Amino acid sequence: MAADPQAALVALNRFGLGARPGDLAAAAADPRGFLAQEMAKPDVALIALTPDLAPTKTNLQAMFADQEQKRLQRLAAAQTQPPQDNKMASASPAPGAMQPPSNAAPANSASAQPKPDTPPANPTTMQMQAGAAAMTPPSAGAAPMMAPSSDAKPKPPEPPIEQKIFRAEALARFAQQIAADAGFAERMVAFWSNHFAVSVAKGQFVRVAAGSFEREAIRPYVFGRFADMLKAVEQHPTMLFYLDNQQSIGPNSKAGQSQHKGLNENLARETMELHTLGVGGGYSQADVTSLAAMITGWTFAGREGRIGEPGTFAFIPNWHEPGPKILLGKSYDQDGLAQGEAALSDLARHPSTATHIATKLARHFVADNPPPALVAKLAKAFHDSDGDLKIVSAALIEDDGAWKAPLTKIRNPSDFLIAAARALDYKASDPNPILGGLNALGMGLWQPPGPNGYPDVSEAWASPEAMKVRLDISWQIAQRVRDMGNPLSVLDTAAGLATSRETREAISRAETRQQALAILFMSPEFQRR
Amino acid sequence: MAFLCETPSPSRRALLLTGGAMVAWAYLPKFARAADGRDPRLIVIILRGALDGLSALAPVGDPDYARLHGDIALSLTGTNAALPLDSFFALNPSMPTFARLYKDGQALAVHAVATSYRERSHFDGQDVLESGYPGPGRVDSGWLNRAIANLPAGDKVRPVRGLGVGAVAPLVMRGHAPVLGWAPQNLPTAGDDLAARVLDLYKHRDPMLEQALREGLDTDKMATAGGLSGDMARSRGAMDQPAGMRQAAMGAAKLIVEDDGPRVAALEFDGWDTHANEGGATGQLANRLSGLDGAFDEFQKGLGDKWKDTAIVAITEFGRTARINGTVGTDHGTGTVAFLAGGAVKGGRMIADWPGLKDNQLYQNRDLAPTTDLRGVLKGLLADQFGLSAAVLGDKVFPESGAVKPMQGLIA
Repeated sequence: MAADPQAALVALNRFGLGARPGDLAAAAADPRGFLAQEMAKPDVALIALTPDLAPTKTNLQAMFADQEQKRLQRLAAAQTQPPQDNKMASASPAPGAMQPPSNAAPANSASAQPKPDTPPANPTTMQMQAGAAAMTPPSAGAAPMMAPSSDAKPKPPEPPIEQKIFRAEALARFAQQIAADAGFAERMVAFWSNHFAVSVAKGQFVRVAAGSFEREAIRPYVFGRFADMLKAVEQHPTMLFYLDNQQSIGPNSKAGQSQHKGLNENLARETMELHTLGVGGGYSQADVTSLAAMITGWTFAGREGRIGEPGTFAFIPNWHEPGPKILLGKSYDQDGLAQGEAALSDLARHPSTATHIATKLARHFVADNPPPALVAKLAKAFHDSDGDLKIVSAALIEDDGAWKAPLTKIRNPSDFLIAAARALDYKASDPNPILGGLNALGMGLWQPPGPNGYPDVSEAWASPEAMKVRLDISWQIAQRVRDMGNPLSVLDTAAGLATSRETREAISRAETRQQALAILFMSPEFQRR
Repeated sequence: MAFLCETPSPSRRALLLTGGAMVAWAYLPKFARAADGRDPRLIVIILRGALDGLSALAPVGDPDYARLHGDIALSLTGTNAALPLDSFFALNPSMPTFARLYKDGQALAVHAVATSYRERSHFDGQDVLESGYPGPGRVDSGWLNRAIANLPAGDKVRPVRGLGVGAVAPLVMRGHAPVLGWAPQNLPTAGDDLAARVLDLYKHRDPMLEQALREGLDTDKMATAGGLSGDMARSRGAMDQPAGMRQAAMGAAKLIVEDDGPRVAALEFDGWDTHANEGGATGQLANRLSGLDGAFDEFQKGLGDKWKDTAIVAITEFGRTARINGTVGTDHGTGTVAFLAGGAVKGGRMIADWPGLKDNQLYQNRDLAPTTDLRGVLKGLLADQFGLSAAVLGDKVFPESGAVKPMQGLIA
């Protein structure tokens, strides 16, 4: 087969994360094989633990300790001052089998970004980061209109624990995306992560555990079985907390009877509406209530670890609504944990789920209004393989229509920034520039507006305001690049022979390299996929 | 390579060191010339986009000038009245500071000047201008950095002597010698020129994106209530806007004026690529020239008693066509002007081996012909300010330029 520059561009942009130097040439000979090769790499989507990346339980244990420390500080402060407000004494309830685990989010849980100038929780826990600041040059100069001064600023306080963890997780994600061969696996990770969205806007808990959630519940399964991903997600502390299941108690359970507590339907509703069947997938409010009852008792162990290792999934039999339940016309008579698990397993293989997932995949990769034939094909692959995502993904990249469809999709902000980094062969050592870009472009990392995740249609990302910000961001990136060489070689990296004459001319006529690079990032070849 | 953006980070410092190994630089090169005890400073301003020397400093005495430059030609009277510097040359009226310094003997201009580059690519032209190599393709270091690197070693002081203004130091300042970096503000938003270029591309290739971006820009303009010549208020701090140029100079001056501050600095101003609606005494080019003029003003104000030892040189990659084009602008050319200002400059005069503007006198029947090698001007400044030898200048600082003699007498 002759090298096909257009297909190489499709491989890297529609299915991948954009070309790094040499990628287009590597993909041109066999664009489909290029993607299949990446898919075939063992553990391609996994991110290994490092000193900076811990399991969720470790992150949550650190958070529990942090919250306990703050509680004790408040108590101490309250004792040295005349009491003004009895709420100070609201020490967390003693966690135990009969009590919801203590994991109250801080009151300001909606704050999007912890302020960098937050004072340290406790100076005694500050670790000295000798020389850390000096190793990485700061990314920008003084604040606007600020006179430069040669005085070094005092050492900043230790950032809050959730910020440290969040940044480390963000950096790991960006590095993996930038280093990926084609980026198809990483695109799948992002797709599924957005499908099973959690948001750090919920507060400290999700902020410390969103990254590890993606590493533990999404990454191992992107080319595995959907049912396994579904179970890993719905039993993950991050999702249980995000959708409020950790305190959902069966009204007829022992705890429900003694404490007069009841169901929280949030997770059950989103499991069906968003995660599996989809809106109009054939479920009723009674089904939502029923599923909610089936997963009562699904929670996680709190700080004191009375129901398990702190920060891990736990099932509390005393909270579980007893008895058989009907879901989608089928009766489930299992006891305890097995009941909800059986329900999830059936939801995973429901025909509505296959269609829902197929539609979302086709919309994400190919077109806002996806071709019905492609949706049908993916749904069939999903159904026939019992949700084997490797087979579903292969069906997608083997579909002729998916390669030929016009490039109408606008890259979402994350794909756009990562593609820019890849085109520049940039090695991320600090997550903040990309995190800042994502925030500016309205796609803060792991921070969608709701459990339905970020939108996946072009109009959401190509609004007038968004395009203006994109122009500014393109300019800002371009101004920070040093030694970029000839911008036309960056163009050859990013779009190569698929570049239009007009785009090449606009770039070659720019008055500075920076301007040329900004035009390249704004070009249709770079914006659309 | 840095990437982008403005997430405030507690570790941000206003200054950063980049460049070679610190260990090798545990001493300060001898800047002060023992002979007369001066403490010289040199500031280089790179004007990116190719400045039209015939509109910035007009040869109003040349009989062919008005014909070639048409509607935007400056003159001694009328709507495009310029500031006469001598009987032949007149300065764009947007540059009163430079005119005053010229009168005070602290500014001069070299006209019909060019680097050794004779093609018309901005990228390559800027590489030659800044790298100091005879041709394009070498971007490992800039001539100003190599000038520092080749100074004789002096006292052991903190290893900071060069300053690069911008998110990334301009190429002219990059190299082995460590450089102080400072950016005048968080990177400003994109300016009108970039927006116009992207919109033009969309017009041909992507109407949907064109409409979206145009609306976004219009909304933004309404929200920020515009600025000079329709430039977005939010981008006023940009390096192609007068306010941004002034701000950069003000901040750089604060650093350079310090006793242990950098003695050599490089700034870059954008927006000189005036293909359309260039304007004459007013308009696009005049607006940007007023920014350059503002930078001279800020340096004089900010450097205080150090001003007397300071030389500033503003240079561009090449000039523009002598004839205006169909869109009342000019296209890429060759010969142009270089501005020198500062208390150390032996000013009040024009330096030009004027080639004339008759059709057969134009370079390729198109551009102001270059009669002076810009490297000679720069070598003259480096030799007189810092005592660098002609051999070092011709070999290390401007490789393969032995035949280009340092221009004498630029420094008082």
